[in-house]
This record gives sequence, C-alpha cells and structure tokens, in this order.
Amino acid sequence: MDQVANYLFQIGFSFSIFILISLGLAVIFGMMRVINLAQGEFLMLGAYFCTLCTNAGINLWLSFILSALAVGVFGVIVERLVIQWLYGRIIDTLLATWGLSLLLVGGVTTIFGPQTESVAAPLGNVQVGAFGFPVYGLVMMAIAVALLVAVYAFWRFTRYGLIVRGTMQNPTISAALGVNRSLVYMLTFAFGSALTGLAGAVLAPIVGAYPTLGIVYIAKAFITVITGGHLPLIGTVSASGLFSTIDGIVATVSSSVIGEMTVLFVAIILLRLLPLGITGRMTRGV
Amino acid sequence: MLEVEGLGAGYGRIPILNGIDFSIARGEIVGVLGHNGMGKTTLLRTLMGEIRATGGVIRFEDEDITRLAMHRRARLGIGYVPQGRDIYPQLSVMDNLRMGEIVRRGQSAVPELLEYFPVLEALMERPGRALSGGEQQILALARCLAGRPRLLLLDEPTEGIQPSIVDQIQAKLAELTRALDLTVLLVEQNLRFIAALAERVLIMQKGTIVASIAPEQLSDQAIVDEYLGI
Ligand SMILES: Nc1ncnc2c1ncn2[C@@H]1O[C@H](COP(=O)(O)OP(=O)(O)OP(=O)(O)O)[C@@H](O)[C@H]1O
Ligand SMILES: [Mg+2]
Repeated sequence: MDQVANYLFQIGFSFSIFILISLGLAVIFGMMRVINLAQGEFLMLGAYFCTLCTNAGINLWLSFILSALAVGVFGVIVERLVIQWLYGRIIDTLLATWGLSLLLVGGVTTIFGPQTESVAAPLGNVQVGAFGFPVYGLVMMAIAVALLVAVYAFWRFTRYGLIVRGTMQNPTISAALGVNRSLVYMLTFAFGSALTGLAGAVLAPIVGAYPTLGIVYIAKAFITVITGGHLPLIGTVSASGLFSTIDGIVATVSSSVIGEMTVLFVAIILLRLLPLGITGRMTRGV
Repeated sequence: MLEVEGLGAGYGRIPILNGIDFSIARGEIVGVLGHNGMGKTTLLRTLMGEIRATGGVIRFEDEDITRLAMHRRARLGIGYVPQGRDIYPQLSVMDNLRMGEIVRRGQSAVPELLEYFPVLEALMERPGRALSGGEQQILALARCLAGRPRLLLLDEPTEGIQPSIVDQIQAKLAELTRALDLTVLLVEQNLRFIAALAERVLIMQKGTIVASIAPEQLSDQAIVDEYLGI
C-alpha cells in the first residue's frame, strides 16, 4: 500500500515537472513555431525572481505570481526587440536566441555569482506508512494540473484563445479579418514566457536558483513538446504522462539518472515509430 | 467609395502594378478581367494592405488608407476573400465564422449568415480542411460577411468550382449585395459570371488598367478578342 503511494507520488511529481517546464515551450515552440533557445533561461529568471522576492520578505505564493508577471514582461521586451523581426526565419531566430541565452547566463552569473540561491521549501512532510512525502510536491502537482486546465480552457473556450489559434494557423487572413497579428504574436510570446517564469519560480524551492538552471531542463522540455507532436497541449500532456510514468518507476527502482536516460531512450524510439509525434495523426483539439 | 490613383506595387524589387487609376461608387459592382499573371491578385492584395504600395494613393470613403495596416483597413469596412480562400484548416466551420466577426462589436452575424447560406448549417462542426472547394468558397464568403464589410474584394470566387455551384454563388452575390448594401470589386475569369453581376468591367493587362467596358460588350467577340485574346 505505501509502496503504491510511493510510486504514485514519484510519477505525479515527475509529471508536474514535465508539465511545468514544457507548458511555456508548448505555447512558444508548439503554437508559434518559434525556437527560443533562451527558453531555459526564462525558467532560470523565474527562479531568481522568486528568490529575490522571498528574500525581500514577500510571501512565497505571491512571489510565484510576481515572477510570472516579471518574466512575462521580459518576454514582451524580447519579442519587441528581437523575435518580432525574425518570424519565419529559423536560423536567425536560433542564433539570436542562443546569443540571448549566453547573455542571460553571463549576466546573471556576474550579478549573483555562480552559487545556488535557495528558497526555503515550505510545508514539511506527510507520512504514509514507511514513506514521508513532501507536501510541497503535492502542491506542485496541483499547480501543474491547475495550469494545464486553465491553459486548455483559455485556448479552447475563450474568444482570445480562438484569435490566437486562428492567427497561428494563418496570420495573413486573420489580419484581413481585422486581427492585429503583431499584437497577438507579442501577447502570445509573453504568455508563454510568463508560464515558463512561473515554472521557474515553482521549481525554486526544490532546486534553488543558479545561472545554468535552464540548461538542465531545456532539452527535456523540447523533447516533451516534440514528442507530443503538432497539437501542443494534448501532445505535451500525453508525452509528459508517458515520460513521467517511466521516469517515476525507473527512478524509484534504480536511480534518477537511469530514469532520465530511459526517458530519452523511449523518446528516441517513439519518434522513430511516430515521426510526427504522439498527436501526429490526431486532427482535432489544441 | 474607393478611389485609386496612380497605384504602383510589386514583390521585392519587381514592379507588378503601375499607374492604376479607377474608382468605385457606393453600391456598384465592378469587375476586373485579365489573363493569368496580369496582376489582378496583386491589385487586391495591395488594396487590402498585404502588399505595400510603392506609389499612388488609395482612398476609402475619402480617407487615405495607402499606408494603413491590413487589420485597420479591415476594421474600416473592407472585406477580402482571397483566391485560395484561406479557410483555417484546423478550425471548425463555426470557429471560421466566428473569426470573421471576432473584432466586431455587437450581435453575432452567424444566425443571419446561416439563413443566407443554409448549406453551412450541416457542416458547422467539421474542420475547415474537410470541406470541398465549393463549400470552402461559400464559407470564405460567409466568414468575410460576418465582419459586416461595406466594400467586398473578391478574387476569382468561381475558380475550380462546378457550374451548378457557380450559378448558386452568382445568385447569392446578386441577392446579398442588395440586401447588405455592399460595394464589390470582383476579379474573375468567368465571362458569364462577371457579365451577369458587374455593372462595369475593368480590363487589366501587364499591371495597368487598359480599358473599362460595359458587361454587355463581353458578348461581343471582337472586343473579347481585342482585350482577352491570346
Ligand atoms: N509572391 C510573389 N513573389 C513574386 N512574384 C509574384 C508573387 N506573386 C505573384 N507574383 C508575380 O506577379 C505577377 C502578377 O501575379 P498575380 O497573382 O497578381 O496575377 P493574377 O492576375 O492574379 O493571375 P491569376 O489569374 O493566375 O490569378 C505574376 O507575374 C506573378 O508571377
Ligand atoms: Mg490571381
């Protein structure tokens, strides 16, 4: 019984991390088709912002929201200064965002130093039989699921969500129907940035904040979104579900490194079998 | 309603249009005829703002819109149905229609449009990609009308559509322009279609308008040969 709880916790925890790190990328890469190599650094900025806020005495939950807003605003600046000139130009986007990524890692190292800034992990443990589970892990799962539901509902059922889906499919005809596509692109990029910033903040209590934080997660996030296929949200959820189940089980019976290697291995096999990703053949949904 | 003076435009450095002059009065249906590659689509794209004018002036209801962004022109009341129809492939028919009225305030035009285009009713939940060419054309027209434009730019609405549907579209357009008080600039290659709808036909050759003729003259073989012969 407590062994089952342990597995479930590991899988759920892994799932929440996959979802958190991939959701912003699902918007920016999956929906907008922008390959932002600095996406990992957006995560890192969210984590740093969260440590700054909590160090300044701000309540942790409020710090999450402030971090999301701050990275969202940062996303607006990046989109207006760099990305908006590069839509559809893949190589230029890669180079520019790679440069931005180096700049951000360098800048943050200069200001804060290379050491890890930490945020106290709140809430303690719950005991189930022989195992103690950190309550914060359960909170992360709740946040991941809530974000998923919110983003899905927003995309699927709101007027703004429809505008974004239409504009990403055909920006020119959308403009001919009166949509300010430049504004839609800017806000969508900001939205994806804010989601990533929030993810960084939520991760801060368990991993802290350090300059190369983004590098650890960016590859995982890209693999998740790419394995998901062309429907960014459904794809990301299914890929996260699959990977976290494997990761949770393998990491529990062996080690977390083996868990991550197994996930990578499965992703490679899966993309061999389904080159278009898990949702490659699905036609409806987001 | 629409005045165009000395309009020039092109792709990159290649000029396609030069010195285009014409005007359309409110309520008129004006046709544009010309061979493939003469610049008809380029003209509509320039009027809509998809391509930047390199010279000349476009005025819509006495306002200079030559430098205005595309979405602003749409919001002023110019509707555009492009040659490829540009239906959103992954949105349902309903959502395609909703995109048509997404920036307009007030009541939804969808129920009214379904009365005009009852064929769409049975298709509402289908993704745009799963419609036939004729259905896509009707949807593109309905989606454009959902924004309640006053000037309609139509690019070859009959291209690739079977004759019986062409007749339906023709009847619908005649009915709608009157019912909705529309002004229309209609690019077409189908002589019968354009003769039935237009009050005046502009002939386009190599990026300029070389003549304006009455639709009755389209049945005169000598005139057709002169302007459209090969
Ligand atoms: N995107 C583009 N880039 C460069 N040249 C283009 C582009 N689109 C069209 N052209 C050229 O501009 C010219 C006019 O094209 P346009 O599409 O306006 O012709 P059209 O009169 O609409 O022809 P059709 O009857 O075949 O639709 C053609 O010579 C075409 O090759
Ligand atoms: Mg054309």
